[in-house]
Amino acid sequence: MKRLMLFLVLLCGAALPAYAHKPSDSYLSLEVQGERISGQWDIALRDLDFAIGLDQDGDGKLTWDEIRARHAAIAAYALERLGIATDQGACRIDTDQQLVDDHTDGAYSVLRFHATCPGPVAALTINYQLFADLDPQHKGLLRLMHDGATSTAIFDPAHARQTLSPTSPDRWQQFGAYVKDGVWHIWIGYDHILFLLSLLLPAVMLGARGTPSASLRESFIDVLKVVTAFTLAHSLTLTLASLSLISLPSRWVESAIAASVVLAALNNIYPLFRGRRPVAAFGFGLIHGFGFASVLIDLGLPQGALLTSLFGFNLGVEIGQLCIVAAFLPLAFALRGTWFYRRLLTGGSTVIALVAVVWLAERAFDLKLISV
Amino acid sequence: MKKPIFALLLSAAAVAVQAAPYLPASGQQVIETLPRRGDPVQQELRRMRSELNARPNDMALATSLATRYIGLARSETDPRYLGYAQAALAPWWWLSSPPAPVRLLRATLLQSTHQFKPAIDDLKAVLAADPANAQAWLTQATVQTVQGDYAGATASCAHLSAMSIELVTITCIANVGAATGRSLKSEQLLDLTLERSSNAPAELQVWALTLLAEMAQRRGAANIAEARYQRALALNPRDSYLLGAYADFLLEQRRANEVATLLKDQIRIDALLLRRALALQQQGNAQRVALAADVKELAARFDAAAQRGDSVHQREQARFELMLRHDPATALALARKNWAVQKEAADIRIYLESAVQARDANAARPVLDWIALNHTEDVAATRLIHQLQAGT
Repeated sequence: MKRLMLFLVLLCGAALPAYAHKPSDSYLSLEVQGERISGQWDIALRDLDFAIGLDQDGDGKLTWDEIRARHAAIAAYALERLGIATDQGACRIDTDQQLVDDHTDGAYSVLRFHATCPGPVAALTINYQLFADLDPQHKGLLRLMHDGATSTAIFDPAHARQTLSPTSPDRWQQFGAYVKDGVWHIWIGYDHILFLLSLLLPAVMLGARGTPSASLRESFIDVLKVVTAFTLAHSLTLTLASLSLISLPSRWVESAIAASVVLAALNNIYPLFRGRRPVAAFGFGLIHGFGFASVLIDLGLPQGALLTSLFGFNLGVEIGQLCIVAAFLPLAFALRGTWFYRRLLTGGSTVIALVAVVWLAERAFDLKLISV
Repeated sequence: MKKPIFALLLSAAAVAVQAAPYLPASGQQVIETLPRRGDPVQQELRRMRSELNARPNDMALATSLATRYIGLARSETDPRYLGYAQAALAPWWWLSSPPAPVRLLRATLLQSTHQFKPAIDDLKAVLAADPANAQAWLTQATVQTVQGDYAGATASCAHLSAMSIELVTITCIANVGAATGRSLKSEQLLDLTLERSSNAPAELQVWALTLLAEMAQRRGAANIAEARYQRALALNPRDSYLLGAYADFLLEQRRANEVATLLKDQIRIDALLLRRALALQQQGNAQRVALAADVKELAARFDAAAQRGDSVHQREQARFELMLRHDPATALALARKNWAVQKEAADIRIYLESAVQARDANAARPVLDWIALNHTEDVAATRLIHQLQAGT
C-alpha cells in the first residue's frame, strides 16, 4: 500500500511539473527521407497565446478544447513563418497531427508536418521567422536528422536564414553496423542455426548410414556444397524481398522456416533428400532469405545507402554462418566414428525436429508454447 | 537500499511517460496556465501594444512600453518580458547610435543577458551626450561593479551625488566599498544613510537592506544579517535576488526547513529552485525523493539553457554541479568561465569551493590574486582559502 502511495505521489509530482521561467524557444526537428522531410515543431502555448490568442474565455486556464479550436490558426501562423527549400526550390509543407507536450517552461503545442521537396535533399535552406516581431529574443532550436546522423542549428532574428548540408554518416561505419547486425541475427536466430546443423550433421558420414567413411576432403566438399547452396538461395530472396520486389506474409514465412527445420532434422533419422541435400538447402534457403529480409526491413534501410546496407547485412549473415561451420566441421570430423556422434545424429535430430514442430505449431497458429 | 532505487525507477518511468507528445484525454483538461486577460497590468500592456502597433515609430510610447516590460521582467523574474521590451524598440534596435532613451534601455536589456561589453559601450555613449542622466550612471556603476571595474564604478557612483537622492549614491558606493576592503566603513555609512532615508522608495530601501544584510553575513554577524533580511522581506517578500540571498544565509546557518517555506512558490526561478534543492539535501534522507526530483528538474533546465546557447546561469550551474551532482571538475570549469564574465562575492565563493573540492589550488590562482589585490573581505572566502592551503 505504501508503495502504491509512493507511486501515485511520484506520478502526480511528474504530472504537475514546476515550470521554469525561461526565454522563449521552439523546438523544430526535421528528418530527411529522400525528397520528403517529416517535421515536428514544438511551440510554447504561452507564446502562441501572446501571438494569436488561444485563451478564448480569458480566464487564464487554457483547455484542450480551446487549443483544438485554434489548431488551423496555429498551423497557418507557424508555417507562414517557416520556409524550407533545397537548391531546386521551395518544399511544400503540409500539416499532419497536432498534439501537446511538456517542456521545462510549460506546455507546448506539437505541430507535426511533412514537406515535399522538388528533388532529393542535398542542402536545406531554412528561413525561420517565428515570433521575430513579437519577441526578438526567441530562438528556434533545430535538430536535423539525415541517414541516422543529427546536426543542430539555432535560429534568431540575426540568424534567420541558414543553409545546412545534412551530413551523411560515415559510409564505412554504417556498413560495419549492418555487418554486425547480420552476424547478430544469425547468432540469435536458433531456427537458422538448427536448420544448417541438421543439414551438416551427415556431411562427415557420406557412406552408408552410420559408417564413418568420409575423408576430411570429402566432408569439406559436402559442407561446401550445402552451405553454398543455402547461401546463394537466401541471398537471392533476401535481396528481392529487401528491395520490395517480392513479399510474402511473415506468418507463412516463419512457419515454413520451422517446417524446413523439421524436415532437415527428420532427414537424419529417415533419409528424405538422399544425396540431394544441397538441393534441399537451396530450396529451403529461399524461404530463410525471406526471414532475414523481415529483420532487415525492421532495422530500416537508409535510402541513400540501400545496396551497401543490404550487402553489409548479407555479409554479416555469411560471416556468422561461416563461424558456425568452422566450429562444427573439425569437431564433427573428429567425433564422426564415435558412439556419441551416432547418437547425436539420430537422438539430436529427434530433439531438433520436436522443437521445430513446436515452433511450427506456434507460428502457424500464433501461439506461445515455449519461451525461446 | 532497494527502496531508493525503486523510487528512482518510478520517477524515471513517470518522466518517460511524459516525455512524448500526447493527445489530452478530455477537452476540458487544462493544459496551460496563462496570465488572465482581465488582469489590469496585462490589460494596460495590451492597450499600449496595440497603440504601438498603430504607431510603431512613436518613441515615447515605445520606450514607456519597454520600461513597463523590463519592470515586469524584474518583478516576475521572467525573461520573456525582456524579449517583449526589445520588440517595442525594434525600429531602433539595430542602429549604431539610437536616440538616448532607446539606447539606455538597450544597455539595460544587454546587461540583463550578461552582454556587458556592448552594454557599457551604449552607456558611455548615452552619458557622453547627456552627462546628467542619473539612471545611466547607476546602471553603468552596477555593470562596472559586477565586472570588477571598481575604479570606474566609484567614479560612476560619484556622479550620482549631484543628481540623485543620497541613499542611491551611498548604496552605489557601499556596494563598491564592500568589494574593496572597506566593508565595515561602507556598512556603517550605508546603515546611517538608510536610517535617515525613511522616505526613500521601498525598492531602494530593499536594495540597501539586502546589501547591508550581505555585508553583515560576510563578516560573520549572523544576528544583524538576519534582522536586515527580515526588514527587507517585509518591504518586498517576492524580490528574487533578496530571496536567493536570504536562502543562502539560511543554508549557511543550517536552517534548511525555513528555506523550503521561504521558496515554496518561487521554484519557477532556476536560482531559487537550486536553493530549495540544496535545502532538501541538507535535510538528509527524509527528503531524498523530493531532492532527486529537484535535481532532475534543474538538470533539464540547465540543459534547455545550454541548447539555446545561454550562459547567464553559469554561477548557479557551477553550484549545481558541485553541490548536487558532486562533480567538482565540471563545476570548476563552469566557475572559471563565469569568472571571466562576473566577479561578485558569490562568484569568488563558488570558484574557491570548486577548486577546494577538485583539489586544484593552482586553478584558484586568479581568484586568490584578485582577493589580494582588492582586499576582499568574506569569512566564507577566507575559510575556503585556508582549506585550499591546507589541502596542498
